[in-house]
Amino acid sequence: MTGASPATAPARPAGATSTDRPAGSVRRRQRLRRALTGWAFSAPFTVLFLVFMALPVVASLVMSFTDLRSTDLRNPLAVNVVGIDNYTRLFSDDLFLRSSVNTLVFVVVGVPLTMVLALAAATALNSGLVRFRALFRVGFYLPVVTSIVAIAVVWRFLLDPEIGLVNNLLRLVGIDGPSWLFDTRLALPSLIVMAAWRNFGFLMVIFLAGLQAVPADLYEAATLDGATRWQQFRNVTLPMLRPTLLFGGVITGIGYLQLFEEPFVMTQGGPLSSTLSVSFHIYNQFGFGNYGYAAAASYVLFLAIVALSVVQFRLLGERN
Amino acid sequence: MVAKDAALRTRDRVAKTVLYVVLALGLLAVAGPFVWMALSSAKPEREIRQVPPTWWPETFTLDNFRELFSRLDFPLYFFNSALVATLVTAGNLLFCSLVGYALAKLRYPGRRVLFLAVLGMLMVPGMVTFVPQFVLVSNMGLTNTYTGLILPFLVGPFGVFLMRQFLLSIPDDLIEAARVDGAGEFRIFWRVVLPLCRPALATLGILTFLGSWNNFLWPLVVATTEDKYTLPVALALYSVGQNRINYGLLLSGAVVVVLPVLIVFLLLQRHFLRGIATTGIK
Repeated sequence: MTGASPATAPARPAGATSTDRPAGSVRRRQRLRRALTGWAFSAPFTVLFLVFMALPVVASLVMSFTDLRSTDLRNPLAVNVVGIDNYTRLFSDDLFLRSSVNTLVFVVVGVPLTMVLALAAATALNSGLVRFRALFRVGFYLPVVTSIVAIAVVWRFLLDPEIGLVNNLLRLVGIDGPSWLFDTRLALPSLIVMAAWRNFGFLMVIFLAGLQAVPADLYEAATLDGATRWQQFRNVTLPMLRPTLLFGGVITGIGYLQLFEEPFVMTQGGPLSSTLSVSFHIYNQFGFGNYGYAAAASYVLFLAIVALSVVQFRLLGERN
Repeated sequence: MVAKDAALRTRDRVAKTVLYVVLALGLLAVAGPFVWMALSSAKPEREIRQVPPTWWPETFTLDNFRELFSRLDFPLYFFNSALVATLVTAGNLLFCSLVGYALAKLRYPGRRVLFLAVLGMLMVPGMVTFVPQFVLVSNMGLTNTYTGLILPFLVGPFGVFLMRQFLLSIPDDLIEAARVDGAGEFRIFWRVVLPLCRPALATLGILTFLGSWNNFLWPLVVATTEDKYTLPVALALYSVGQNRINYGLLLSGAVVVVLPVLIVFLLLQRHFLRGIATTGIK
């Protein structure tokens, strides 16, 4: 805009010294202008990001070492630093332990189940002989875009022991269906199946993209060597898909660790806390006004997410 | 040889048929609940509770929807959801593309730190920021306001990541040429760069709108009176607040939440699926 300096100054010749002042001050002014432009573009985002995301991440950590309660908000000086008390309390809190076990089961069973469904669907759609491919792809993806709350409402209706579609279908073949969501042994598995049903379409799309990136000549070579379909899948597809599987596993695991809406709408964490998740427990503690305690629990969840990602990278990524 | 070929072909046909049957059953299992939801929402409560159930509504009625829209405040919840989602989407599109451009194409001190912070934020679960965000918003006096519902979601790390990755693929020469022509940096961004970003903006816009429309936890705690409820909050609270569930109302409520999203998805599914492919796979 000013046009005072050439827009693209050639790189500094090796012999030039820094005493060569006019050029140096031009360069300095240019650098300043670049910094100003860069930050002018970044400022709106950065301000909002700092205030509403970065600051809360730090504040949450600080809070977790205090006894902050909702009643202290008007009078922050009443808050005491309690060190790691919140964390030690967490691990003697039966409900927190219970919710951790539930969440862990949800992840450990739910992630592989979702991945297997997704991989099966993706392989089927990628097998080259499927008409209506677009229809299946869009159909399987449907639940992913819809509100979890709405889906939870629908599934609560489907699983109703008396009038639900599932038990009515079972009745047709002479089976007396259980009361899914009211049974301590069946409530969590029901939520797991529902989550896999809802989420496999997302992974399917990712796996499909991964499958399409596998070079066709690998399969040709395998066919020439007389490999069966299953052998090709085991020895060509799976190894080539490893990074994609890893990505899918991590993304799904991170999502499942934050289980909240499903138990909120379908079971309220019951029966007898059998579907209470860590996020739900945090939400409840927040509701009771125990902000410091809730923050500590949320950091434990954060650590679990980091740990899960690391473990999965180890497990699936080792051969890279 | 010929016999073997024929045998192979038969085997292929069998395999193909099995594949189709399995896929069709899968599709039925996935789409069935939605169809069942829609059919049931058009039945009176008495028919919904009938055992064995009727497949097609014997008494077709829109009473559930009528009640939703007249006795309950669903038009208002719908408006709240739409308003919040629209403004959140607009904010993300503008702010994330601005900073995405800076991160991809401008050299300035601190950009690396900024990008690392954005990447790190992608890992942080919502529960971690949620309590301090609530404290902050309530100290600003913004609980139960539209501003309070919108402000914390105006920007997000995902949008920045998506826009930066896309902008990296735009050739520098284009920008350099505009600079030589004497265009200011903002003009270059607005006139040259942004029009090229349309596919990325479409993807980001759709995903952000959807995320906001389906968002639950934040509006659940920030909207304290019914007039600020969004659709998922109204539906969830209505669903857990009853002793004897009125399935007719709940299911028609679910239809109201799901239907707009399904229509948008079916119209724009290319952008959805491409969005995942570009962000999920590099």
